[in-house]
Amino acid sequence: MSMIQHSLKSLALAAGLALAACAQAADIKIGVAEALTGPAAQYGQSIRSGFELAAGEINAAGGVAGNKIVLIVEDEQGKKEEAINAFKKLIFQDKVLMLFGPTLSNSAQAADPIAQGAKVVVFGTSNTADGITSIGDHVFRNSVTEADVLPVTIRTAVAKSNIKKVAVLYGNDDVFTKSGYDNFKKALEDQKIPVTTTETFAKGDVDFKAQLTKIKATNPDAVVLSALLAEGAPIMVQARQLGLNVPVIGGNGMNSVKVFDLAKGASDGLWVGSPWSIENKTKENSAFVTAFTQKFKSAPDQFAAQAYDAMYIAVAALKKIKLSDDLAKDRKALRDALPDVKWTGATGAFAFRRANDKSGAPAGYDASQTPIVSVTRGGHYVIEQ
Amino acid sequence: MLEQQLFNALSLGCVYALFALGFTLVFGVLGVINLSHGAVFMVGSYAALQAILHLHLPLWAALAFAFMFCGVLGLLIDLLVLRPLRARNAPHLIPMIATIGLAISINSLAQGLFGAANLRFPTEVLPQDTLAIMGLRVTVLELGIIGLSFALMTVLMLVMRRTQLGRALRAIAESPRAAALLGINVEGLFMLTSFAAASLGGIAGVLIGLYSNALFPLMGQPILHKGIAVIILGGMGDIRGAMLAGLFLGFAEVLSVAYIGSTMRDAVAFGLLFAVLLVRPKGLFGSVNERKA
Repeated sequence: MSMIQHSLKSLALAAGLALAACAQAADIKIGVAEALTGPAAQYGQSIRSGFELAAGEINAAGGVAGNKIVLIVEDEQGKKEEAINAFKKLIFQDKVLMLFGPTLSNSAQAADPIAQGAKVVVFGTSNTADGITSIGDHVFRNSVTEADVLPVTIRTAVAKSNIKKVAVLYGNDDVFTKSGYDNFKKALEDQKIPVTTTETFAKGDVDFKAQLTKIKATNPDAVVLSALLAEGAPIMVQARQLGLNVPVIGGNGMNSVKVFDLAKGASDGLWVGSPWSIENKTKENSAFVTAFTQKFKSAPDQFAAQAYDAMYIAVAALKKIKLSDDLAKDRKALRDALPDVKWTGATGAFAFRRANDKSGAPAGYDASQTPIVSVTRGGHYVIEQ
Repeated sequence: MLEQQLFNALSLGCVYALFALGFTLVFGVLGVINLSHGAVFMVGSYAALQAILHLHLPLWAALAFAFMFCGVLGLLIDLLVLRPLRARNAPHLIPMIATIGLAISINSLAQGLFGAANLRFPTEVLPQDTLAIMGLRVTVLELGIIGLSFALMTVLMLVMRRTQLGRALRAIAESPRAAALLGINVEGLFMLTSFAAASLGGIAGVLIGLYSNALFPLMGQPILHKGIAVIILGGMGDIRGAMLAGLFLGFAEVLSVAYIGSTMRDAVAFGLLFAVLLVRPKGLFGSVNERKA
């Protein structure tokens, strides 16, 4: 009896080994390091959903030449040190083919050099700060920078709403909103639009009426607002409560359908520019919005859309290369194939554009994409350009 | 514009005071800086939101629900964390550190349960209209926050000064051991205080959540920092001091935005706070001396 059991066991083991040998070629491991907890979690969780949706669709359609995409997800908590840890684990321990993430530009500055050093592609879907892609030639992103988007937003809003002078309001203790302000400021100077006053607030403020009262007294035609939703939505509400009913021109952080809920009754007249809009009814985007809503029971945002497209962009490169058993060789092949990918997805037509490092030599790859400018009206984004 | 700014300052000051009242109460009686007060504040707003969304309660009932829910949470915190530390005579810093850990746990739990995204109360819960009174633009909620914070301060002060309960609490604040020898039920009053302070924190969470329209798991942290400044300025453990210091911070912030510039807001507000503490190290109303053995 025990003999039989024993031989059965070894038979099963042998079969298992044989299966594993087949399965080895059938899994493409991709690392995902995003902020799933902590203050940036609402972006990180959205990004993870975008990846999961895309990977699920790709695998259901047969994967990459029959090989399944396997996502290995790590929580980097929106912190630099955790992002470095997550990158090291994914690269050296899990031996992933490439990496997505991290969520915040701050973390990318700290962690991307690890991937660059290990010669692994790191693909950011939400890092918009300057200088990320100057880290090196393994750093890619499909997040359009605010430097590209904000001038277009301002030009469109100014032309369509007859704006002569604006007031500026921004969060001055956050890298993202501060960098948004810098880009707004430059765009306003370039377009010669006078600024009546510049006011600031801090993360976690609940009351903005002092700044808004002051802004109202300067009589601007619009308020330029660089804020994240947590402060931006209450700012919209309190501005309207004070009778400041001018258009609001927002940055990337304000581009979310959640503004209709969070600033309910006061969400009209917000101009945002973005590579993605939920109202953009292209075939690809409609399919994405439907699939996302079905799977996660909530509407997608820009972060999910960019993650979703990024997965397809990476897979387009994967389809062009032949995977071997040599990880270093595969990583290099992927790196070489990625820059030439052109893709039309939820965020529209996309291509990479070479970025330079600080000395001007070619480094990583930025996104080349035309932004969509929309204005909110009656609880919807209406595309204006 | 000045009248509007003065009103803005009053309502912002009352927001800070409302948060600081419960915070300072715990310190006054238990002698503990309870750094989980910000997390309790957040729990209050989420509890009321859940009551409105899932139990379909009207606002007043949701407020009562948040009051009870946070009160019980405060009791549990006292029972499970603060009391064992008291029983072991843990030095001052230990309960403070323990409540930091508690705050992180509660925040993470909320993030796990409700997600990290911002939520808000449904608009139909409260009239959002702006009233125009003598050229001022005010909302019903601002008037509610101002009224409630003054009312709570008055009630708390009357209880502390005029009642047997208040006398017992003050005796405990002076020396828990002596109070116990006098036959005061010290543990019982500690529990009552923990309940009251946490439920006040919960109410503050609901009102400020309604005001800011942004509920998120970490919403208690920034206001906790302001709250610490307020109770230190007011004199640790002093109810009237917390109210006045809250107003002081509100006025300092708003007027520095109005007349100096918003980038200088925190520098001016906290510079003033520092100046006051230089002159009065125990805060505006601080009178409790630290006693060693």
